Amino acid sequence: MESVGVVIVSHSPKVAEGAADMVRQMVGEEVPLAWTGGNPSGGLGTDVGQIMSAIDRAWSDAGVVVLVDLGGAETNSEMAIEMLSDDRRGKVLICNAPVVEGAVVAATEAAGGSSVDTVRQTAEEYSAR
Amino acid sequence: MADVLIEQLIRAAALAVIRDADELTALDAAIGDGDHGINMKRGFDAVLADVANLSAKPWPDFLKGVGTMLVMKVGGASGPLYGTLFMALGKDLPMEPGRDDLIRAFRSAIVAVQARGKSERGQKTMLDVLIPVAEALEAGRAEIGAITLAAHAAADATIPMKAVRGRASFLSERSIGHMDPGARSSALMIEAIGKVLEKA
Repeated sequence: MESVGVVIVSHSPKVAEGAADMVRQMVGEEVPLAWTGGNPSGGLGTDVGQIMSAIDRAWSDAGVVVLVDLGGAETNSEMAIEMLSDDRRGKVLICNAPVVEGAVVAATEAAGGSSVDTVRQTAEEYSAR
Repeated sequence: MADVLIEQLIRAAALAVIRDADELTALDAAIGDGDHGINMKRGFDAVLADVANLSAKPWPDFLKGVGTMLVMKVGGASGPLYGTLFMALGKDLPMEPGRDDLIRAFRSAIVAVQARGKSERGQKTMLDVLIPVAEALEAGRAEIGAITLAAHAAADATIPMKAVRGRASFLSERSIGHMDPGARSSALMIEAIGKVLEKA
């Protein structure tokens, strides 16, 4: 089965892209990965439509985990997940983990073929250490 | 087909937020990330641009359309929160709602916002305005001026509160002494809606 996908959502497109660069370099290319950052006007913030599009780009039938930074990034990601189609919605989980470390740990776990629940749990446990 | 009233109500609410966008941003700069007015203006500008299309729809679809637009355009946490409010308002309404239907839908919409924001009354948010207004309506109060005053008093009452949700919660004690920008935008919309209803 395909690896779980990883989506990175930050208020800042630079942070999101930088975190994605770290995942690519430290974990490699085999994990589906997408990032998004910035509000609909291009300022700091998040954009529900762009988050939905990032989930689509990182889509895996094994599921997708979403790493978010602050407040609105989480609320907008929850909203984006609810607006997905019925067959996808239940396979996307938000991780309660720091965005950079969480993305790298989640992608490492995903590359090993773990389930979406295990990928989330590993990212969250790392952050709780 | 939605009647003219719903379009007038949404237009008035949108224009009130857009008019006072700078004030909302200034309130947010004190305790949040300083973009509430900017974000709300972006969302409600988009609503106004689409309101003529939406007005061909019945009340439930009109309100869901407004909510979806806010979710997609606002950008900050207020997008999903206000978007959920309008979407949930539309969800439970019959095609031609009466006063009781609207009051009931308003309460369901508030419950949906509480779930979306994982928040309750007393946490220095828009809920601190919406809940007292819903209670006044449910108690049968019909005098529009009094409802508007209650909404503004409720927004003022967020000033001494300590934020526990959202960006303002990082400030903890330092959030005390500032009005919550979401409470203010809710009060402004209620005032604008009241003015339309007084003339209707």
